[in-house]
Amino acid sequence: MKRVFQTTTWRKLQWPLLALVVVMVFNFLFSKDFFELTIRDGRVYGSLIDILNRAAPVMLLSLGMTLVIATGGVDLSVGAVMAISGASAALLVTKAGLPVPVVIAVSLGIALLAGLWNGLLVGFLGVPPIVATLILMVSGRGIAQLLTGGQIITFESRSLEFIARGAFLGLPFTITLVLLVFLVVILIQTRTAAGLFIEATGDNETASRYAGINTRFVKLLVYAFCAMSAGIAGLIAAGDIKAADANNAGLWLELDAILATVIGGTALQGGRFYPAGSLVGAVLIQSLTTTILAQNVNVQFTLVVKALVIIAVCLLQSESFRRVFVRRAVA
Amino acid sequence: MNLRLLKRNIPFLATATVCILLYLAAGFRYENFFSIRVFLNFISENAVLGVAAVGMTMVILSGGIDLSVGSVVGVVSISMALLIEKHGVPASAAIPLMLISGGLFGAGMGALIHFYSLPPFLVTLAGMFFARGLGFVLQLESMPITRQVSDIVSALTIPLGPEYELAATSLIFISLLVVAMLVVHFTPFGRNVYAIGGNEPSSLLMGLPIAATKIGVYAASGFCSALAGVVYTFYTTSGNPTAGVGLELEAIAAAVIGGTLLSGGVGYLAGTLLGVLIFAMIQTIVIFENINSWWTKIIVGLLLLVFILLQKLIQAKKA
Repeated sequence: MKRVFQTTTWRKLQWPLLALVVVMVFNFLFSKDFFELTIRDGRVYGSLIDILNRAAPVMLLSLGMTLVIATGGVDLSVGAVMAISGASAALLVTKAGLPVPVVIAVSLGIALLAGLWNGLLVGFLGVPPIVATLILMVSGRGIAQLLTGGQIITFESRSLEFIARGAFLGLPFTITLVLLVFLVVILIQTRTAAGLFIEATGDNETASRYAGINTRFVKLLVYAFCAMSAGIAGLIAAGDIKAADANNAGLWLELDAILATVIGGTALQGGRFYPAGSLVGAVLIQSLTTTILAQNVNVQFTLVVKALVIIAVCLLQSESFRRVFVRRAVA
Repeated sequence: MNLRLLKRNIPFLATATVCILLYLAAGFRYENFFSIRVFLNFISENAVLGVAAVGMTMVILSGGIDLSVGSVVGVVSISMALLIEKHGVPASAAIPLMLISGGLFGAGMGALIHFYSLPPFLVTLAGMFFARGLGFVLQLESMPITRQVSDIVSALTIPLGPEYELAATSLIFISLLVVAMLVVHFTPFGRNVYAIGGNEPSSLLMGLPIAATKIGVYAASGFCSALAGVVYTFYTTSGNPTAGVGLELEAIAAAVIGGTLLSGGVGYLAGTLLGVLIFAMIQTIVIFENINSWWTKIIVGLLLLVFILLQKLIQAKKA
């Protein structure tokens, strides 16, 4: 047990967990019935479950983003990829009337293509990640709009709805999805060489290449994985409202995903990555939003709070900021 | 020497060629495309983008990036409307106040970036959230401005002959562009911006004022974003907290298409003007063709890709 608390993962988790505890204590004191859980029809309801359920898309995005950031990159296109996968799922269900497993496979396949495109640009053509994914961020939403013809396409499909609203073991199915993807990431990190390669690429790309790691392929892989998880998040977003809204699906979620990852302890420079931290970060962001909602404050205020949280977290991680405090403490 | 200079100018020349070809092709395809009115509209309807792109170009030249541009436009637009309409502040006081606040906001981000060596991408991302949130907190809906602003707009409108006029928004854009070109190409500050973007460690060793230049560049970008917000308010005679969503990407695209290297140190403001013109032309062509306006985004994305690959090619040849 003692060894668990001494690992780097645990040290990185301390700050976001502490922040989460602060938010929870605040809610315990000021929000009514925040911790209440009720069971109806074999399903658990309550604010805490709601937070996990609503955080699911950002958790999925941040898991993919964690791998991308670990290689020293960033993926700005995840929001647009969400819109594309949601739009194609809606189209395939309504226009083509295909069975749902095929719809899901094709939508995720399209998301995978988007990821391979990003990976090709970053890994093989050497385009800076911000710019490469910016291209898809701009045109991706245009593509999604084109698919839906600029309209919101509504659909009736119980199976697609189940992805977003269904229950599994009494909990929202989205939580199961997140745990599955999390498991995959953990397996990649701890049980395969790919985890080591991803860290190495982010730490020092040149050295990794000389050591015989195919850094280009590693990058292709992480962008593909990131887009796939964005595709799943897109299916959730579409299933949740039973419609594909190319304009608003996943809008600004790329920023939440990056924020969750950075809060979770993965540095933007790349290198070591902490998937568990990213999940905590995503839950923290959603708890902040839900808390602000529960206090009847203007919802938009969350944006200001998020901004202050980003800056605070960055300053805490910044060497020169820490040095100021260390020097003061010594003096 | 001459050859090297030429190589560095290839992106700019390529942009100019694309710009002219696009103009000619569209001109022969559509009636009235060559008219002066259409050309004047290119500038007046994209003045917001143009003003923001000038600031963005300076930041990119210094090797940074500013994602807060669009949000600042929104918050400036709505606070200007609130100040004038609700609190009865004269426009002559509200506008300078907005511009100064924008500059200070940018300077604050620049200070965080420089003194704590935080990534510009992240700090300005936070700035984006902050400014957008602030705009929404001030007021969620857009509000029209009935007084004052239209007087200023008509005072700034310059008649060109009996038929045409140069809109106030265009006048602001062009004046800013001229001033910015003078600053970037003919002052020590401008040379420092290029030097830092080219190689920051060497600039430090040369004794250039890194801190002042970096903070100055972000302050300039904040100022330009605030000015873009003022232009937006002039253009629509209303304040709108959702103004400028996605503008930062269009501004980056305009700068990159205009031949500014994202790695910093290479580029021209004149190129950014061409980038804005190309953007305007694509928009107009999409309207003339009567096809879905979402094609604009896709075409701009593709164009961005082509120019980035072109830049890569040139850099690879240099190495």
